[in-house]
Amino acid sequence: MAHENHEQVDALTGIATTGHSWDDIQELNNPLPRWWLWSFYATIVWAVVYCVFYPAWPLVSSYTKGMFGWQSREAIVQDLDTLKAQRAGMTAQLAQNSLEHIRQNPDLFAFARAQGKASFGDNCAPCHGAGGGGAKGYPNLNDDDWLWGGSLDEVEQTVRFGARSTSDNGHQGSMPAFGRDGMLHREEISHVADFVRSLSGLPTETSAHLAEGGKVFADNCAGCHGDKGQGNKELGAPNLSDKIWLFGSSKSVIMEGLTNGRGGVMPAWHGRLDDTTIKALTLYVHSLSGNQHP
Amino acid sequence: MSLWSRHKIFETNSIILIIGVLFVIAIGGLVEIVPLFYLKSTIEKVDGVRPYTPLELAGRNIYVREGCYNCHSQMVRPLRDEVERYGHYSLAAESMYDRPFQWGSKRTGPDLARVGNKYSDDWHRDHLNDPRAVVPGSIMPSYPWLEAKELDARGVADDMKVQAILGAPYSPEMIARAETDVRIQSNADDPNVADLTKRYPNAQARNFDNNPRKVTEADALIAYLQMLGTQVDFKLYDNKANVR
Repeated sequence: MAHENHEQVDALTGIATTGHSWDDIQELNNPLPRWWLWSFYATIVWAVVYCVFYPAWPLVSSYTKGMFGWQSREAIVQDLDTLKAQRAGMTAQLAQNSLEHIRQNPDLFAFARAQGKASFGDNCAPCHGAGGGGAKGYPNLNDDDWLWGGSLDEVEQTVRFGARSTSDNGHQGSMPAFGRDGMLHREEISHVADFVRSLSGLPTETSAHLAEGGKVFADNCAGCHGDKGQGNKELGAPNLSDKIWLFGSSKSVIMEGLTNGRGGVMPAWHGRLDDTTIKALTLYVHSLSGNQHP
Repeated sequence: MSLWSRHKIFETNSIILIIGVLFVIAIGGLVEIVPLFYLKSTIEKVDGVRPYTPLELAGRNIYVREGCYNCHSQMVRPLRDEVERYGHYSLAAESMYDRPFQWGSKRTGPDLARVGNKYSDDWHRDHLNDPRAVVPGSIMPSYPWLEAKELDARGVADDMKVQAILGAPYSPEMIARAETDVRIQSNADDPNVADLTKRYPNAQARNFDNNPRKVTEADALIAYLQMLGTQVDFKLYDNKANVR
């Protein structure tokens, strides 16, 4: 590599070279393309303009705020205010009117359902499924079987405060761990599991002790689930005489519940979601099912 | 010698060029990074942000170990759609005890900055065990070993010591009690829960994985997830006061 100060010209093209030579290969000293050079100057000018108008340089105790005074945290507040203003008319109506009134007003109901559906996708779908179909341990919201009641007001109460949640107003009560806490022996649990299956007409083993199971049921279970296993919405005790099973209807799953207890948690949404969103969610969820009225 | 030919010194001597490059980058770093350490507007004034409990810290370490940050961010940006979906945008103060921070830069899964108390413990356990069991379309991997593996809490105290050096306000008492506090927080009926919440206000103490027989890695991770984004009460937080 040679470093020579005097200008050399490439004989073939007539263009000056940089004077560098690698294995006799020389570098032509072409100027930068004009478009590139001007774009480069433009970015420098843009940087100066940006520094004048927008927050840019940190200083000793503050920073240059720019002539526009723009702040991302003010911008988001304005954005949200604009959004609120856009929705204000309908939102105010949602806030003022009762759930039943909204349900009977087609325009309001459509708005509430649309808002409810969006919020359901963000907040509820992970447990209850995108279409409210539920999963093992997470109730199906499309059917007409409600643990804590399916009227508009009951659904709202459950959405707002949850069940076994962090809220003091949430639904309480859970299935005790009869086996783990030593209230029932394993044999008794087996008997009562057979009996519970028989309540909804599921087949039981021929050797099943249904009479003993029935006695255990009357002594331990009927208090919450009812004499005939019809359930109790006050306590969130499921109806055991229908064909809808939250965790499954096999004997082993029922025994598992009897042994370790059950107590699925529905979080409280009060505080996390605003009142009109909770109303909209209530109407949406209520509309998924067979609609218990009012 | 003109100014341009002085530049030749850099072009023809690689060591001088490297020193020059490092010098220029150092100026950039000085201007961009150093002010963040002393400008008061960098970290908002908030109430309620406390260092992690030992159980949460252990869970956080599992979060890092399993690489959750590769797919989940913890940063709700101040944009309308994000605030609508996740809740209030993240504050710098909310991650002031995060070392290393978990803001992330990629969202294959949803943002987790406000996931605390959003879903039930059972859901988290089921979901970590097999995401498809609760979210049929999920592409998240399964983490079934978390529920099976007992938490190794021996390193938590050391970790707290390091965090204390970095500025987290862990007292010597907190560090000494680390392993006990892990056990206390994973049992709602423990008589010392009130004592724990005195050291760590608003700590949630219960059995997180529904297995009271042992403290598992799932307990720690779920305890961590359930507190994410819950420390600042945004009903009391004044947005305007912190626009500076």
